Amino acid sequence: MLSAFHRIIARIRAVFQRADSDRDLEFELEAHVHLLAEDHILRGTPRGEAERLARIELGGVYQLHEAHREIRALPFLDTLHQDLRYTFRTLKQNPGFTAFAILIIGVGVGASSTMFSVTNTLLLQPLPLHDSRRLVWMYNLSDDGVSEWSTQVGHFLDLREQNQSFTDLAAYFAFSQPGDAKITGEGETERVSSLMVSQNFFPMLDVRPVLGRTFTADECHWNAPGTAVMSYGLWKRRYASDIHILGQEIIVNGSAVTIVGVAPSSFDFGTVFAPGNHVDLFQPMPLTQETNSWGNTLAIIGRLRPGATIQSARAEFWILANHLQKQHPERNTLRPVLMPLEEHVTGRLRRALLVLAWAVGIVMLIVCANVANLQLARSATRQKEMAIRVALGAGRRRLIRQMLTESITLSCCGALLGVILAFAGTRMLASLSAFKIPLLSTVRMDAASLGFCLVIAIVTGLLFGLAPALQVPSISVHDTLKDSSRASTGTKRHIWIRSALVVSEIVFACVLLVGAGLLSRSFLNVLDVNLGFQPERAAALRIDPGARYASRAQRMTYFSQVLNRVRSLPGVSAAGVTDVLPLAGDRSWDIQAKGKPFVLGHDPEGFIRIISEGYFQAMGIPLQAGRAFSAADTQFSEPVAVINETAARTLWPAQNAVGQIVLSDGMGRPGRRVVGIVSDVRHRALEQNSGCELYFPISQWDESSAEYLVIRTPLPPPALASSIRAALHPIAPELSTNEFKTLQELVDTAVSPRRFVVLLLAGFSGFALILAALGIYAVISYSVNQRSAELGIRMALGASPSELRASIMLQTLRLAALGMLIGGITSWILARSLNSLLFGVTITDPPTFAGMLITLAAVAALAGYFPSLRVSRIDPIAALRAN
Amino acid sequence: MPENKSEILQGTLDLMVLQTLQAMGPLHGYGIARRIEQISKEALQVNQGTIYLCLVRLVQKKWIKAEWGISENNRKARFYSISKAGQKQLAAETENWQRVAGTIARLLQWEGPK
Repeated sequence: MLSAFHRIIARIRAVFQRADSDRDLEFELEAHVHLLAEDHILRGTPRGEAERLARIELGGVYQLHEAHREIRALPFLDTLHQDLRYTFRTLKQNPGFTAFAILIIGVGVGASSTMFSVTNTLLLQPLPLHDSRRLVWMYNLSDDGVSEWSTQVGHFLDLREQNQSFTDLAAYFAFSQPGDAKITGEGETERVSSLMVSQNFFPMLDVRPVLGRTFTADECHWNAPGTAVMSYGLWKRRYASDIHILGQEIIVNGSAVTIVGVAPSSFDFGTVFAPGNHVDLFQPMPLTQETNSWGNTLAIIGRLRPGATIQSARAEFWILANHLQKQHPERNTLRPVLMPLEEHVTGRLRRALLVLAWAVGIVMLIVCANVANLQLARSATRQKEMAIRVALGAGRRRLIRQMLTESITLSCCGALLGVILAFAGTRMLASLSAFKIPLLSTVRMDAASLGFCLVIAIVTGLLFGLAPALQVPSISVHDTLKDSSRASTGTKRHIWIRSALVVSEIVFACVLLVGAGLLSRSFLNVLDVNLGFQPERAAALRIDPGARYASRAQRMTYFSQVLNRVRSLPGVSAAGVTDVLPLAGDRSWDIQAKGKPFVLGHDPEGFIRIISEGYFQAMGIPLQAGRAFSAADTQFSEPVAVINETAARTLWPAQNAVGQIVLSDGMGRPGRRVVGIVSDVRHRALEQNSGCELYFPISQWDESSAEYLVIRTPLPPPALASSIRAALHPIAPELSTNEFKTLQELVDTAVSPRRFVVLLLAGFSGFALILAALGIYAVISYSVNQRSAELGIRMALGASPSELRASIMLQTLRLAALGMLIGGITSWILARSLNSLLFGVTITDPPTFAGMLITLAAVAALAGYFPSLRVSRIDPIAALRAN
Repeated sequence: MPENKSEILQGTLDLMVLQTLQAMGPLHGYGIARRIEQISKEALQVNQGTIYLCLVRLVQKKWIKAEWGISENNRKARFYSISKAGQKQLAAETENWQRVAGTIARLLQWEGPK
């Protein structure tokens, strides 16, 4: 066994020592001949004769060399080596073809590997959490069965204690907003994001801190001294990975917080749960009577017990929820919906990603068809070379192998370029923090992606090498060598295969164009929706008053000072304050029209915003009826509210809502009089209706977790950032600088997943279109070349060049029409799978299909036009003579 | 070179080369070929070139070692000698060969049931 191993090693080594080994053998054989000859001389043979005899006895030296090589090395590798050398030589002779093929394969492989990395990270790989397949996401289904709500603390505690399906249930506060926490004190003032988590949050996810510990039960009491676990990123960035941070106090939102631990770098809450954001501080969420009274606040994650399935857990939670509802009628409704955490995180993107993966696969097929086409064109001119090699004794098998080696070498060279592009592509995608896509920042080229590249390279090489390779056996040596004209046998079949390839390219391009068209039109429709506010030329800045302004009166003074100072700045046309920005977070309560019966769980859901006067102007939300808030609405005047049109319609159908009383903020309180009606604002998503919205004046409200200043300006908003900061400095010296956001950015972030898909798909189909055009061009110009004799005869017989040009254009358009027909039908069938991604267009959207047909026809006509020009350059005499 | 036919011959040739080197000490390729011819007294037709195919295989299996040296007629030649592993192999092969040969001999002497 050992000897077999030694032998293999030696044989592999011998492949690379061919010249040395050959020389050694030559010496050896030479010595052999001389020794043998001398023996003959000793026996009395004359010297010259002796040497001749010796050489005869030794046998054919050339064959011996061959046999020796076969035994000492790996003949397979040897031929491969030969084939490769030959391949590189032929590729070098056609630098244009080689460069073009490598380029398009490179772009194709680059695109597919990048897409593979994205798909692999988002769909195939488990989440970057321990044993993530057992993690389950739970939400509370809204009363109308449409939205995902959070869950009340009391329900969570009972579910956690009573369920049998989970080893543990953990929760986090679902209403944290990016920039919630302001760090002051030592160093620069900075807004970071803080998240309240249940005590068992880290243990349940099996996230162990790199430094320190997670929370103790004592730290999770109501009003316990502040503690926090810091994210690895913040620790490294702001505190230079100082291990003495443990036990230190930092000032967060004006109060002291002790750092008890640092989360590991592998745990990035944002990439999984809040794409596009980072959580920098984790603080304990007290699960007490007090937090229970906050209403629905918790997002829940559980780890399935071994043996439990999501189905069994669903059944159990359904029973538990019914039971809890009966037991605690005072609590909010509970309709638990369980789904694998993975589905929650990436489920919505699955369809879009699959579409992209298919699209990139189609692009790869077009690349194959294109290179196959070029290969065929080359193999036509190389038929003679092949015939000569067959005549000289090359086996056809060996020739096929040679052809495949050539194409695989080509595809591997392309793949090399592709790998470089994919590295750049994945790096670029991962750095796109503007895209609100989970896990995108963790996308990178890994071993799996590289393996994928290799597989793609070989498969592509085989695919596009197949057509030319299959032609080898049909080479007829005699005819090919005898035939002196360029139009050799097999040309007909050749053209047929090549036309089929071009038609398939057009079909693929059709499918991609239709897909890209439908999604782009959906994207435009989404951008076109009436948001209800005007994001252009408006910006928001976080201006929480902080602990220094404790009383309501102080806070009101603060706000009016802020507004006055900002409004007096040149270039500010309106300003207002709100506690919730559209598309950036939400909060909803049950609302009710006064005088109508109260039914728990059947009241409409109302989205509440606390705003200052001037807010509607600053946002550009048009007032439809009644009035907006004014300085006259104070703590002491009648409680008032402004509602949106949907709320007015829902609460008082067919009645004037202005002047009515709406009940909302806590059932015990007196209602608020509706004084005005404004337009609906799309605040959840651009694709989603607004639902009922209610605005309360800030002067009649105690405290909010966040306050945003919204300004409207005719200037580009960023130009104002510094002057606003300067104007506010006297009253808000600790205003952080990293939170000036234009409203357009909010909208852009909200549509970013859609933009991501559309951009990629548009890129793919553009590439496909170029390839299809090149394919058409190549085939038509080849056929013009092949037919030059025929065209020459026709010219000699009196056909005008324009007639011939027309016939060539007709040939082009016939191909294109066939492709578009098949492509149109195929896309019509495949468009169904896009249904869930479309917005405002149907799968048979006529403008998309018409646009696709026109684009393709135009591109095909253009691609056929240039080769047809060559007709006028054909000299009939020369063409006839050449034959 | 049809392989199925040379299969037995190959093993046999290996054995002969090993035994020759074991008995004679270091030898060059020609020497080995001569020796085998002499012993077999022309009964075995060994193509002289074939010996080199056998030698390279044995070297690769590390059963024999090769060293450059000077032949008796003052020429550069490669000398082969048996290695430890080769000696072991030779012993095992010899035993194996004798058992097979013995079995075949008995089979050939057997004249059927009486």
